[in-house]
Amino acid sequence: MKRLSHPALKPEHYKIAIIGSGPSGLSAAAHAAELGISHILLEAEQQPAHTIRKFQKGKLVMAEPRALPLRSPMSFSMGSRESILAKWDEEIVKYGINLRLGAQVCTIKRMAQGFVLGLATGETIHAEYVVLAIGLQGNIRKLNVPGEDLPRVQYQLDDPDEYEDETIVVVGGGDTGVENALALRHKNHVILINRFSEFVHCKEANLAALNTALKQGEMECRLSTYVEKVESTPDKAYPLLLSVRTPEGTEHIPCHRVIARLGARPPRDLLESFGIQFPSEDPAAVPQLTARYESNVPGLYIVGALAGYPLIKQAMNQGYEVIEHILGRPVEPADEALLRQKFAKIPYINSVEQGLTLIRQRVPLLATLSSLQLRDFMLESDIVALNPGDVVFRRNDYSTSFYCIIEGVVDVYVKDENGPPNFHLYTGEFFGEMGLISGRRRSTTIKASSHCLLLESPRQTMLRLTQSMVSVRRMIDAVSLKRTVQLHIGLSLSAAELDYLVRNAKFRQYAAGEVIWHQGDKADGLYLVRSGSVAISRLIGGREVVLSYVSAGNYFGEMALITGTPRQRTARAAVNTEVVILEAERVAEMMERNPDLLRQLNARYLENVRHELSDEIVQTSADSGNLIAFLVQQGIGEATDVLLIDETICTRCDNCEKACAATHDGTSRLDRKTGPVFDQIRVPSSCRHCEHPHCMKDCPPDAIRRSVDGEVFINDTCIGCGNCVVNCPYDVIQLASVDSGRKPPSLWQWLLFGRGPEPGGRAGAPSQNATKIAVKCDMCKDLADGPACVRSCPTGAAIRVSPQEFLDYAVWRKSKVG
Amino acid sequence: MDHQTFVNYKNYRYLKLILWMVLVAIGAYALHQPSFGAYGGTWLGYVLGSLSAAIVLLLLWFGIRKRQYNGIGQLKGWLSAHIYLGAALLVFATLHTGFQFGWNVHTLAYALLVLLVINGFYGVYAYLHFPRMITENLGDDSLQDLLNKIAELDRLARTHALQLPDDINAIVMKACQETKIGGNVLQQLTGRHPDCPTAAAVKVLREYGHDLKFGHPKLYRELYLIMLQKETLVARARRDVMLRSHLEVWLYLHVPLAVALLVALTAHVTAIFFYW
Ligand SMILES: Cc1cc2nc3c(=O)[nH]c(=O)nc-3n(C[C@H](O)[C@H](O)[C@H](O)COP(=O)(O)OP(=O)(O)OC[C@H]3O[C@@H](n4cnc5c(N)ncnc54)[C@H](O)[C@@H]3O)c2cc1C
Ligand code: HEM
Ligand code: SF4
Ligand code: SF4
Repeated sequence: MKRLSHPALKPEHYKIAIIGSGPSGLSAAAHAAELGISHILLEAEQQPAHTIRKFQKGKLVMAEPRALPLRSPMSFSMGSRESILAKWDEEIVKYGINLRLGAQVCTIKRMAQGFVLGLATGETIHAEYVVLAIGLQGNIRKLNVPGEDLPRVQYQLDDPDEYEDETIVVVGGGDTGVENALALRHKNHVILINRFSEFVHCKEANLAALNTALKQGEMECRLSTYVEKVESTPDKAYPLLLSVRTPEGTEHIPCHRVIARLGARPPRDLLESFGIQFPSEDPAAVPQLTARYESNVPGLYIVGALAGYPLIKQAMNQGYEVIEHILGRPVEPADEALLRQKFAKIPYINSVEQGLTLIRQRVPLLATLSSLQLRDFMLESDIVALNPGDVVFRRNDYSTSFYCIIEGVVDVYVKDENGPPNFHLYTGEFFGEMGLISGRRRSTTIKASSHCLLLESPRQTMLRLTQSMVSVRRMIDAVSLKRTVQLHIGLSLSAAELDYLVRNAKFRQYAAGEVIWHQGDKADGLYLVRSGSVAISRLIGGREVVLSYVSAGNYFGEMALITGTPRQRTARAAVNTEVVILEAERVAEMMERNPDLLRQLNARYLENVRHELSDEIVQTSADSGNLIAFLVQQGIGEATDVLLIDETICTRCDNCEKACAATHDGTSRLDRKTGPVFDQIRVPSSCRHCEHPHCMKDCPPDAIRRSVDGEVFINDTCIGCGNCVVNCPYDVIQLASVDSGRKPPSLWQWLLFGRGPEPGGRAGAPSQNATKIAVKCDMCKDLADGPACVRSCPTGAAIRVSPQEFLDYAVWRKSKVG
Repeated sequence: MDHQTFVNYKNYRYLKLILWMVLVAIGAYALHQPSFGAYGGTWLGYVLGSLSAAIVLLLLWFGIRKRQYNGIGQLKGWLSAHIYLGAALLVFATLHTGFQFGWNVHTLAYALLVLLVINGFYGVYAYLHFPRMITENLGDDSLQDLLNKIAELDRLARTHALQLPDDINAIVMKACQETKIGGNVLQQLTGRHPDCPTAAAVKVLREYGHDLKFGHPKLYRELYLIMLQKETLVARARRDVMLRSHLEVWLYLHVPLAVALLVALTAHVTAIFFYW
């Protein structure tokens, strides 16, 4: 790309400066160029659209959301990375975009008239308006030593197969560095350099692979080592000389290439230095913007991924719109038609504006949202019309949507959905909030009592909203606190009694493994588990023995309140857990006043004592102190459904993996041989369908969903970005080529004629440009008879259990073996 | 908690089924008094023969069902039926013969069936017995882990041995290069490697150790330790191979026997209908 104007001589002046040439910045610049507005597009890297350029070679770039029309002079539709970039390169020239490469913006100062931008090169640029479109990737950290920009010193690796017979120094002990080094080692001499004495920031699997590679002498590694400088040499054999400081002294390494993978600086600090404010400390928070994408700094606009719009098409639409906004022209947002369609469900609403106003008036929870926020919220939500008697969701369903009542009344049934409803909810109220917190089954059934209009919003949408709007979170918390208490213990309490009971109640969080109280502590209250789970244990013969396991939606700590003694058990969070604590004095007072409550807590207490006595002896021998450590360490407590393999009857036939592959496009989503083992019970690497799936956060198209029955699955909108692979702590998501043209192997052909692979084997290599998308266990939710792995195990070694059943199983096994 | 395996599937559903069937068959056989004595050609003989043939086909079908990964029912249920119906065959087929044996294709089919059933029983024993031993032997390691550890010890041993006298170096090199884990079928099954170079090296090192005329006692002791560690790892790896072969070996007979039985059975049936 050529530089279209020369700086240096006098400070440059533009009407609009656009920072970042990703999809959003390019689109904005193209629109400005098209309108003949003086502009400049500043890009830190040496090529435009750097984020897209970093995608894996040949990656199919998806154009999600499919329903959203594209509004930009630049073109974009689903296609390979290469074809899209080539087209954009053409269009940059065609529209005459004033693009400057290698122009990293470091400072933005607001002046009386417009802004002054400071570049890393020391140059300055003046502009009336600034559009910030730098995405979320952050700035790549460079080596920060002399020679960091020499040719052959690089900060990314597209295709490891490109290099052969070279000496390559990889700098960086994080996952990317280690992965790159491992990928290069087959064809090259690789030296990995890590600043730390250990690989602390590295996934288990990578670490294991690295250790093996080092042991086998396939590559080298220097620990506690810092890079000092890089020089180019006239030596043909080794064009670079890298100097490093090792614990033993300085070492000079002649090499062909240096690949530094030092991560990126997240853009938040940079933004704050520009004066942009964030609504909360939450790292996921997005700067607060007006409906015209303007930030709290007047004249400074933010678009694209940075503004909370994680997909390319949205980013491009915003690029177009922001220019229109700056020009002060009314612009109908690209999503207007979609919203109009949504509001068509309400007969008396004729325009989107009217619809938005109605929602604000009717639903107090959403009243404080900005227009932009409300529009987005509506785009992702649905308006549902219900007739009296229609069921919204049932007790024990696994749905996680959140509902606001726009109109009408719903009935809530806590236990018996055919009996009289336990209470009602009216226009403006919301429900389903427990789904946001615990990710467990629904605890009530909800039916429409009159004609109703409900606003149904996906869990992710709500979570994003509560992250950025503290007021919304507070409102939900307050209501949810009361409802939790009411559901757990307070069905017989009057509204006034309930109010009294929850006054001074506290939410408290515990990290996995943290002790909530010790045996012998003073009893301070009754604890309700909102999310996570808690193991109750006792010291018996000097060992911690688990007595029971309290999951979300249940309470514990009643024993000490009833007997009036200190705690006789130890309570420990089995996973990250949130509890509600009701003050001991208030609970005691309520028990006196309300015989129902007393009876309920007493019954619970007696039941617990009975249960503990019956199991205690077995459990003692079951070495459950170790079991609980195992559950906590391996995060089993946060699972809803774990695959176990009882190795005492597993014949290692691999039929479970073959079954998975055969029913899932040739790729097994479980690995029988890896995964922790407890007492001959293996937890193979396979999705546990976590209560709070870590994989779900940060999925740009929201492709990871939870079905009514609880399976966490990835739908076909996955764009293959790999975020979930990184976010899952259990390493069970992989990027795999799916190729619908590929036929599964035929059983009869193989059996009778020996043709083709055995069923369950690989169905031939996927075609060259098959796209890679994220795949994981979906519990065979589309197969009528349930998970193929379990059904195909000839001996019954493979089973699926909940964490509670894991405990039972371990104990049962122990009792069987003796 | 009640856990279902192929043995106790649905509370021994198939065991109960075949016990009833076997009782009825024996009862019928005892009551039935054909004029020419009991043999396959009486009406009861036909009934028992058809039943046995049907069961054989069902058992053969297991090989298919095992690979239909989205087939009906649970595979452990199928295997449960397989082992109990297979065992019942012994009774049905024997009664079917009416104890008339000879040197012919009919008796061949019967003999194959008996072999198959015996072989199958070993299989059940193996499936219930060896998996636990495999895990006990391996602990948290996999076979590959053991091999990696052995390779690492080999590397260490070699660098140590380089600085020691030539004869020691030679034995250690031999142990590094020629120690086999798997070996031929016999070695796999017995787990015995009588002239294992690693064991030999350990033995020699121990004997040499008595007269310390070498200049490197520390190095020598380290080497001895390394080789000892390697010897136990090698033993574990070999035990793994052995246990696995015991777990699997019978199936290499089971399938050919099953195919042979199918052929013999076809001949038996054809012979009866066409060359009466
Ligand atoms: C692996 C992967 C796969 C993906 N696949 C898809 C897909 O298939 N479909 C889809 O719709 N979305 C996909 N996405 C999301 C998509 O990449 C983003 O939505 C999109 O790039 C956001 O565009 P943007 O313009 O906001 O920011 P970016 O594309 O991130 O562009 C920001 C630009 O600003 C530059 N820059 C940064 N800081 C400065 C600075 N200080 N000064 C000057 N310039 C700077 C950067 O170098 C970069 O070129 C994927 C993301 C990843 C990580
Ligand atoms: C006439 C009798 C029998 C026939 C025709 C028969 C046939 C088969 C076939 C075709 C297989 C599938 C092997 C494979 O594809 O891997 C099989 C497996 C098996 N059979 Fe039999 N069998 C018979 C009797 C028995 C008996 C009597 C028993 C036990 C008592 C038995 C136990 C097994 C077991 C344990 C398996 C292995 C299951 C597995 O690991 O997949 N079989 N048999
Ligand atoms: S993929 Fe990982 S994070 Fe997501 S539900 Fe499964 S185990 Fe949990
Ligand atoms: S199918 Fe069952 S026996 Fe076979 S490897 Fe898997 S768990 Fe083990």
